[in-house]
Amino acid sequence: MKNYEINEKLDIKDILSDIENYRPRRRGWTWRKKIENLEMGGHTYHDCSEPLKNSIGIPSAVQYFDNLDPQPDAVITTEIASGRFEDDIRRMRMSAWHGADHIMVIRTAGQSHYDGLIEGTPQGIGGIPVTRKQVRCHRKALDFIEDEVGRPINYHSYVSGVAGPEIAVMFAEEGVNGAHQDPQYNVLYRNINMVRSFVDAAESKKVMAWADMAQIDGAHNANATAREAWKVMPELMVQHGINCMFSYKAGMKKENICLSTVPPSAAPLPCTKYDLPYAVALRDFFKGYRMRAQQNTKYITSSSREATVTHVLNMMISKLTSADIQSTITPDEGRNVPWHMYNIEACDTAKQTMVALDGLLEMVELKDSGYLKEEIRELKERAVLYLEELLDQGGYFEAVEKGFFVDSGKYPERHGDGIGRKIDGGIGAGTVYKRDIDYMAPVTAHFGYNNVAQYDEKAVDDPARLIDGCTLEKPDKIIFIDELDSEDNVANRMKEAEKYRNSNFVKPEVEWLADGTVVVEIFLPTDKRTAEFAALEIAGKMNIKNPEVIHIEVLHPSEGTRLQVKGKVDIDVDITKLKMPAEPVVLNDDELWEAIEKRPMKVVAATIGSDEHSVGLREIIDIKHGGIEKWGIEVEYLGTSCPVEKLVDAAIETNAEAILASTIISHDEVHYQNMKKIHDLCVEKGIRDKVNIVCGGTQVSNEMAVKTGVDAGFGRGTKGKHVATFLVTHRK
Amino acid sequence: MKNYLKREDDFEKRRQHLAALSDEELNERFWELLEKTVDPMLDMARTHTTPSIERSVLLRMGFSSIEAKPLVQMAIDRELISKGVGHLVYKVSKEENIPVRQAGLEMLEGMHWDDLKF
Repeated sequence: MKNYEINEKLDIKDILSDIENYRPRRRGWTWRKKIENLEMGGHTYHDCSEPLKNSIGIPSAVQYFDNLDPQPDAVITTEIASGRFEDDIRRMRMSAWHGADHIMVIRTAGQSHYDGLIEGTPQGIGGIPVTRKQVRCHRKALDFIEDEVGRPINYHSYVSGVAGPEIAVMFAEEGVNGAHQDPQYNVLYRNINMVRSFVDAAESKKVMAWADMAQIDGAHNANATAREAWKVMPELMVQHGINCMFSYKAGMKKENICLSTVPPSAAPLPCTKYDLPYAVALRDFFKGYRMRAQQNTKYITSSSREATVTHVLNMMISKLTSADIQSTITPDEGRNVPWHMYNIEACDTAKQTMVALDGLLEMVELKDSGYLKEEIRELKERAVLYLEELLDQGGYFEAVEKGFFVDSGKYPERHGDGIGRKIDGGIGAGTVYKRDIDYMAPVTAHFGYNNVAQYDEKAVDDPARLIDGCTLEKPDKIIFIDELDSEDNVANRMKEAEKYRNSNFVKPEVEWLADGTVVVEIFLPTDKRTAEFAALEIAGKMNIKNPEVIHIEVLHPSEGTRLQVKGKVDIDVDITKLKMPAEPVVLNDDELWEAIEKRPMKVVAATIGSDEHSVGLREIIDIKHGGIEKWGIEVEYLGTSCPVEKLVDAAIETNAEAILASTIISHDEVHYQNMKKIHDLCVEKGIRDKVNIVCGGTQVSNEMAVKTGVDAGFGRGTKGKHVATFLVTHRK
Repeated sequence: MKNYLKREDDFEKRRQHLAALSDEELNERFWELLEKTVDPMLDMARTHTTPSIERSVLLRMGFSSIEAKPLVQMAIDRELISKGVGHLVYKVSKEENIPVRQAGLEMLEGMHWDDLKF
């Protein structure tokens, strides 16, 4: 694969090229390297890890702090689920730049029931069919991406269903770094035979242990499935415990065994009263194991705002307790298969929250008495009682048969609505065979009885020696299958969107290249039902095809409704034909100093109108913020809420070369009206040809400002050097 | 209806024997019970195999997924899966003195099965 520059798109054809000979360059999971008292940007961070070589900070970092981008100490997950692996790769690169180092690729619907490996590059639904070729392409792309950002990236998918051991072997061969593996998930949610699931799981876990993969369990699904999720807490601990103990005894290291834990409740419930004691109880019981903190999705809606708040609150629990992996659910998960920008939003939300709460436990501690302590103890006792009864009933299999699990009662309360399965029922029933006394498997990482000694006593500890090494030692023995389906494959899909692949055409996109999907925010001053149909009509008139309301919120039963409508546009743009003004040149310090030294400059500045905002203008002026005073420009600052007349008069009195006006309030275009007023007044007073009028504010565009008659407008992200450059290069 | 157990919350009554345990003892009890729960399942896993496990063995021996699947099915049809399907291929390779991969591919053609004796 060639070495790409930052401003160059990855070429999928390059990734596909020679893929049959690609070998992963490492195996195993990588945790972030925490740095004690990390110094960055003049601040000290307690809970952060090694910074990245290339990254994009949260928006305020980019705008105000020169892209200050401290990385929390927890691994941050992003879930990738477009169903087309070639489109997933772009999203992986963007997410990595925003701080994700755990790329969790969701599997296509139905793969759990596929009896064997899927091969080739077929398209999936809500995720990709996890195949060797797609996994290999992803890992190859991530090798490049991790070098680009400067941090190892963990690639992750699922070892579940009726083909778990085969998938585990393929993952081990292909350098996959982590996977979900929990036989209880198969049993309860996929109705795969329970005996088969546990026998398979031991093999899968042994293989995963060999590959040093991190494992995430499936207990959080009980939370998402139970009718009243906060009542299932004692059972969640039991489910975590079963998978942890089973995995540990199957050969996994405790530090690679991660509990997928979700705060069980959410607002409007008093959720911290449920979630915090549960989080503490869990971490008490499971010392030595790792916590993968997942967001509550049980109560997610189509409101991305609400989902983001839940995410933030859940991370407060993480910070008050612990999280080794902080998961991110995209805020659009309640209404879409996640879109690119929401993956990035979720990563940014995680980074923002965890950095904002940096050092929290240096300042506060959880109480060791009262409600919290009592709740913790009670939850633990309920979990122990659960296990006691499970064993009384004859063990796990019998308990599942009796509908023990995912009952909505808070154990020992029982509502009789659990998920029950038959020991001899479900998919794959009757496919478990007793090993004979001479049973043998000449491979590495095989679990259980293996009579290798019948052939070679010396191979007992290394069964693969019988065949001179298996694929785990000798990857050249792996048989790579390219494609099995001549229709459903990446080559055909790429032909469809060929016009847009690394070309001069761009088209809106949310998950697949050139999918044409856009979303429109609409407010309508009417009731919900009327608004819904009116919004679809409006979208149609905007030439948006197949419009669909994806979010609707009543602001008042009659006064107004907020909607978000998605649909498709068949519009593209030839970027070679865009009329883009030349990017403004910014002078450097020496050039600015020299210019002002040769010819001193005086300016007047104020926030105009009835506007009390001063921060933006101070940033442009003050020497300590890199403002224009830095290069010797003399500034007469008149403060906030300055009448336009006063500002122009001051310019005349001080013989200023320029007027700097800041205007934040943009309601009813008052900012542009005020700019026009300054221009008109300068004309009236006869100084317009002698002064530059420069206006700024977060909602100001240069183009619109110039139309009002002023010389320049500066918007969001402007720094002193931009204004100074303009003043020096446009002197009258 | 499923006829699963319904019960009021009798936690206070049920917890009496746990009340005197320290937090540490409660923790130990939790893990002891878990060990008792998973041990029989681990034993079963040690002594049993499945089509997926056998296919995963064949993958590791250098067969593709589309070769492994019918090979395992052929072994099940002949009631030989309990020997280990990788074992069968290995045995043929050894007895015929041919490479493992050749042995498996020939078995896919229906060869050698009748000569397998245990």
